[in-house]
Amino acid sequence: MADSPVAVAHGPELRHHFADVEQQRDAASLGMWLFLVTEIMFFGGMFCAYLVYRYWYFGDFGAASKTLDIRLGATNTAVLICSSLTVVLAVWAAQNGKRKMLITNLVLTIVLGLTFLGIKAVEYAEKFEKHHVPGATFHFEGTVPGHPDLPANANHAEMFFSLYFALTGLHALHMIIGIGLFSVLTVLAWKGHYTPRYYTPIENAGLYWHFVDIVWIYLFPLLYLIDRH
Amino acid sequence: MSEHAPSLKLYVGIWITLMICTGLTVWAAFVDLGHMNTAVALSIATFKAILVVLYFMHVKHAHERMTKPVIISGFFFLLLLLGLSMADYTTRLLM
Amino acid sequence: MATAVITPERENYLNQEYGIKSWLLTTDHKRIALLYLLSITFFFFIGGFFALLIRLELLTPAGDLVHADTYNKLFTMHGMVMVFFFLIPVVPAVLGNFLVPIMIGAKDLAFPRINLLSWYLYMIGGALILHCMLTGGVDTGWTFYTPFSTAFTNTKIIEAGLAAFVAGFSSIFTGLNFIVTIHRMRAPGMTWSRQPLFIWAMYATSVIMILGTPVVAVTIVLVAVERLFHLGIFDPNLGGDPLLFQHLFWFYSHPAVYIMILPSMGVINEIITCFSRKRIFGYNFVAMSSIGIAVLGFLVWAHHMFVAGISLYSALVFSALSYLVAVPSAIKVFNWTATMFKGNISFTTPMLYAFGFLGLFTMGGLTGLFLAALGVDVHVTDTYFVVAHFHYIMVGGVLMGYLGGIHFWWPKISGRMYPEAWGRLSALIIFIGFNLTFFPQFILGYMGMPRRYWQYPAEFQVLNVLSTAGSTVLGVGYLLPMVYLLWSMRYGKPATDNPWNAAGLEWKTSSPPPTFNFDQTPVVDFEAYDYEHIKEAEEVPVG
Repeated sequence: MADSPVAVAHGPELRHHFADVEQQRDAASLGMWLFLVTEIMFFGGMFCAYLVYRYWYFGDFGAASKTLDIRLGATNTAVLICSSLTVVLAVWAAQNGKRKMLITNLVLTIVLGLTFLGIKAVEYAEKFEKHHVPGATFHFEGTVPGHPDLPANANHAEMFFSLYFALTGLHALHMIIGIGLFSVLTVLAWKGHYTPRYYTPIENAGLYWHFVDIVWIYLFPLLYLIDRH
Repeated sequence: MSEHAPSLKLYVGIWITLMICTGLTVWAAFVDLGHMNTAVALSIATFKAILVVLYFMHVKHAHERMTKPVIISGFFFLLLLLGLSMADYTTRLLM
Repeated sequence: MATAVITPERENYLNQEYGIKSWLLTTDHKRIALLYLLSITFFFFIGGFFALLIRLELLTPAGDLVHADTYNKLFTMHGMVMVFFFLIPVVPAVLGNFLVPIMIGAKDLAFPRINLLSWYLYMIGGALILHCMLTGGVDTGWTFYTPFSTAFTNTKIIEAGLAAFVAGFSSIFTGLNFIVTIHRMRAPGMTWSRQPLFIWAMYATSVIMILGTPVVAVTIVLVAVERLFHLGIFDPNLGGDPLLFQHLFWFYSHPAVYIMILPSMGVINEIITCFSRKRIFGYNFVAMSSIGIAVLGFLVWAHHMFVAGISLYSALVFSALSYLVAVPSAIKVFNWTATMFKGNISFTTPMLYAFGFLGLFTMGGLTGLFLAALGVDVHVTDTYFVVAHFHYIMVGGVLMGYLGGIHFWWPKISGRMYPEAWGRLSALIIFIGFNLTFFPQFILGYMGMPRRYWQYPAEFQVLNVLSTAGSTVLGVGYLLPMVYLLWSMRYGKPATDNPWNAAGLEWKTSSPPPTFNFDQTPVVDFEAYDYEHIKEAEEVPVG
């Protein structure tokens, strides 16, 4: 299938329907970003639901939000930001052929991701204990922030928690998938699959992870910091 | 991915900025800014997101020309969803 | 050249490899297109079967064929199967998969393995919907409105939702593949404005798939978690708004109808230019109108909710925007008409389908404007007027465009000519059957017959009987191509590279094409539809 008189030498990473490695890399990058756009719209639908009910029930949402532990939420935000750093260091390591640094940072990312999930599990357990999980066992008592004599509407508080679990649950699911991806990549990196010439899966998994981080960057203030002052 | 090789110092610098902004967000939440609290929190979040996109996700020096238009389209259509839906919800009781 | 010698043993994508594994594990976009052709045709007949049962029930005013609950399931399954497993994938997955790489001079799509994954996702979704049907089905209407779907129905919502969810990802990956392919894999010299308009249409369609489908996916997730975990996001008892579901649902489902029609519009460009022997009138306008439809299509969704309880102000906004979205479609119709003006028209089978499309899509589109007018909509919403409107577009538009495309590219896909006389006859039967089925429904709806009702007042019976009669004619019309296209694969006249003397890169390679599409990467130095330079093409040789 030589199209030019001189066949251009290339490594095994070039798939033959592409003309050259640059075209393949651009295609992979564009493809990954298009996938992330679908994720923006996917989470976006839930954000829309959240926006509508927060607009309607601001006070009650504030009351419910106050029961979330801001220290755990902030810690988790910091954990994810650190994991974004380790991801970007992993990509840098792959770009520069530093296999040990690549593996170290992939493992660190996984550890930080698991830390996030662990803290989340603690938060969920606390919600379960306080009967803030929507459903038959739901029970809420609180007052609207800034209005100590105004009890919060329990139904609207339940709505907040429905959205809280839906949003953070979907986010956690994406984290779990990301950790799975990075686990596979760690094994492959250890086997030497990634070189400065080909590290596309690391880059793309990194893009995915950063996206999940950005979702949390928005979730944290929206869910934890409604009316704290 | 890009010819421009970013430096480790830049990455650490961005990381520090992100951590500071997180702290700022929490601090600002306890300051009474009235209706501006939400706007401030979301603005800081947006600033953080932009830093992650441009530097951690390598968009600033991306070789692929369509990267920025694709990202902007994504957010544009998200805003359409949110905005036009709210056009209904914010005008319901005006009849 | 029309007199090329055909050597049957020449290697092409069909005979390059044999065996079931070479098909089920293929990454060749052309083979994947055929896999889709088989599976989508199967689901078309499933959806058609439900349509037949609906029309049989509606022969008489009384509800005497099935129970009311069963009738609810019939129209739901008809809608779900037709929308998610036929209309949305058909032209992109069959014709798009086959043609997009060839038309731009590429060897394959950007991500061939993801292309195969898309087909497997379609099949998994299809298996789920079949299982759902066979174990009781769903009765909410394909629109799954809350709170009936979340709190009251006992039918298999989650399974059906999962089927749509998985099929949605099939769609997303196809769109992703097309966008990257069109941006990055065009042959040297193939600039954006030299591309066939079919490619512009597939690009616009893919943009909608990427941006819209995830929203309905997450909406399905929300319905599922509400049923499973009692999270009350759409539950009025918790202060939830059932209309929120409708906003999220229609945010995708309205652009979805443009996913359905844009590819067929793309096909029409190719057919009309070839069989008028003329370049398209207003290439730039037609190309930009595809993009315009994709963008504007996202701004109109609440016109499905005018009487549901949205605010009057937002209804006004969405009504105005709905009028705006009709403009690019109208531009296309004008340009197609102008293309045919003073052209050298041949009434081949594909051209008959194109003519049918022009008339029926126009009627469907105009009646959409009737519905976009708030005052009219109050009276005809949820009646058979709406049913007729969307069937004119979906069946009169999408399906006719698809069948025209299948016939137009059949020689390229199979290496055989279909029997032209049978092709024309079937097109005519379909056109007659279609109008007999659906025109009475405009009148029924205007007279007040509601949709989704299994019984009706006696004065509506005559029109219903006409409609059912038409549907049997239509059914015959659809069965005929199944038969003669299959027949042609063995007994049809072998096709030359370019039996229609058409313009476009796909006609410059053999019929069927080799696995990598071209023997040498084409270099493009000609504009699209350069019919004035196709010298031997004063007339189209018709078999």
